[in-house]
Amino acid sequence: MKAKNERTNWPVTILLIAGCITVFFPLYMAIMIAFKKPSEMTNDIAGALSLPSSWSFENFAEAMRVTDFCHSLGNSLLITIITVVLAILLHSVLAYAIGRSMANSKGYKFIYYYIVSGMFVPFAILMMPLVKQTAQMGLDNRAGVIILYLVFYMPINLLLYTGYLKNIPMALEEAAYVDGATTWYMFWHIIFPMMKPMHATVAVLTALAVWNDVMTPLVIMGGTEMNTLPLAQLNFQTQFGTNYNLAFASYLLALLPILIFYVICQKQIINGVATGAVK
Amino acid sequence: MKEKKVNDKKRTFLLITIPMVALFFLFNTLPLIRGFIYSFTNFRGYGEYDWVGLRNYIDLFTDARVGKSYLFTVKYALACTILSNVISLILALGLNSRIKGKSILRGIYFIPNVLGSLVVGYIFGFFFTYILPAVGQKLGIGFLSSSMLAGTGTAWIAIVIVGAWQAIATNTIIFISGLQTVPEDVYEAGAIDGATGWQRFWKLTFPLIIPFFTINMVLSMKNFLMVFDQIMALTKGGPSQSTESISYLIYQNGMSGGQFGFQSANAFVFFVVIVAISVAQMRFMNKKEEQL
Repeated sequence: MKAKNERTNWPVTILLIAGCITVFFPLYMAIMIAFKKPSEMTNDIAGALSLPSSWSFENFAEAMRVTDFCHSLGNSLLITIITVVLAILLHSVLAYAIGRSMANSKGYKFIYYYIVSGMFVPFAILMMPLVKQTAQMGLDNRAGVIILYLVFYMPINLLLYTGYLKNIPMALEEAAYVDGATTWYMFWHIIFPMMKPMHATVAVLTALAVWNDVMTPLVIMGGTEMNTLPLAQLNFQTQFGTNYNLAFASYLLALLPILIFYVICQKQIINGVATGAVK
Repeated sequence: MKEKKVNDKKRTFLLITIPMVALFFLFNTLPLIRGFIYSFTNFRGYGEYDWVGLRNYIDLFTDARVGKSYLFTVKYALACTILSNVISLILALGLNSRIKGKSILRGIYFIPNVLGSLVVGYIFGFFFTYILPAVGQKLGIGFLSSSMLAGTGTAWIAIVIVGAWQAIATNTIIFISGLQTVPEDVYEAGAIDGATGWQRFWKLTFPLIIPFFTINMVLSMKNFLMVFDQIMALTKGGPSQSTESISYLIYQNGMSGGQFGFQSANAFVFFVVIVAISVAQMRFMNKKEEQL
């Protein structure tokens, strides 16, 4: 009975392998087109989907030049990294202050629900007033975008961190207090390192959301020369014209960093997304 | 001595909480309030404006373009939620069964989730404009032989496919973590009672993963209602405004169309709708959970 159960289910395995085509086909198409010359693009399907006659990186070099790739990549990296680091530092310490005070303070409990309910506020609603406000405050730039992300992801990160804090016993902190440690010192030296699994989740969720976001940089940094990677694709759309080879080279370049990141941290990313949703 | 420590704790917590709450208020609550106030004006986004009372809200219900965008957004969100959750559940059952190369396959099916939806939209845009019609013409399938994105009746289906393609990745992972919480002995007990296939799934597995089903329904519905990137990449609201989502309309007409006040009213109604739908969904699912 048991041996029978352990057997590999081949029909399902084969179906699942065949199904991978739905994931790979769009990427395959993008790669084929990106490596071709415009003259190779005939009107039938083969023109787009066949292998290129020679594998040349010309389109990529041209796309990097046209879209000012290095600049956009730099902006995307800068915004994402600073947001993630600040989110981990600020949201965890906030969650600690709120989480440890919530049980016997109505005020903190109110603050907790006040911030968490911010999850229901879609960006589309805040967008118009925020554009005015950030412009007035001189924050229609990368710093403004980072601040907005820190505010937008505060609800979900607070929820995740306070949930995790419940598993960390108070006894640890009490022992540290007896040794004469201050609250500030104790958090950074004892609690913060213990929250490591949650830091990974928060980092993954925040990084994915920030990296791929279009709307916030579009409306906040819209008129400026500043581009993030997705924003560059949007802004240079007209310059690609009907040169799809150039456009697809640019798309692939925009997807490449996150794909590399995914290959390296696949396990953490999948775990992060799962915990983030389930909590 | 002890009192000093309690004070230190309280002071530290306050010093942390106050600036963060202020920041949150400044960039979340304040714009929400300001938007609400603007919704009672005829502000165009610049220049002077007057109070118009409830005028914008009344106009919302008679504005054909707003009505159309609600219709499209709800249609899109429902179709995407159902499509992506059905496929995700099947996929998760497959990926959770005894298969070879489990972790590689899971890794592959998750790829769409990490890709930026704008770029994904552009890639699919080419597919729908050039590849699919060519296939349709070759096979002589009438409705496929012209671009789906060019027809008012078919463009929304193309956007549903792109939206679902990405969402399936996330939903599948959530269903898998749900399936992993189902203990083996439930199946063993079921096998003794003679439960097989469908029966086993509906009577044993499904009731146990309902919480995960709730999460998926609420999360996907909310995300799909806010659809923006795909519209931006695939149709820009066309053809003839048949695929204008609410977010896109607010962006388009509120930011550059001189309808700041009117679209603020639209945004506020949209906010209420999202909250209502999310709360209703959670209530409904919770009730079902209790019954079982």
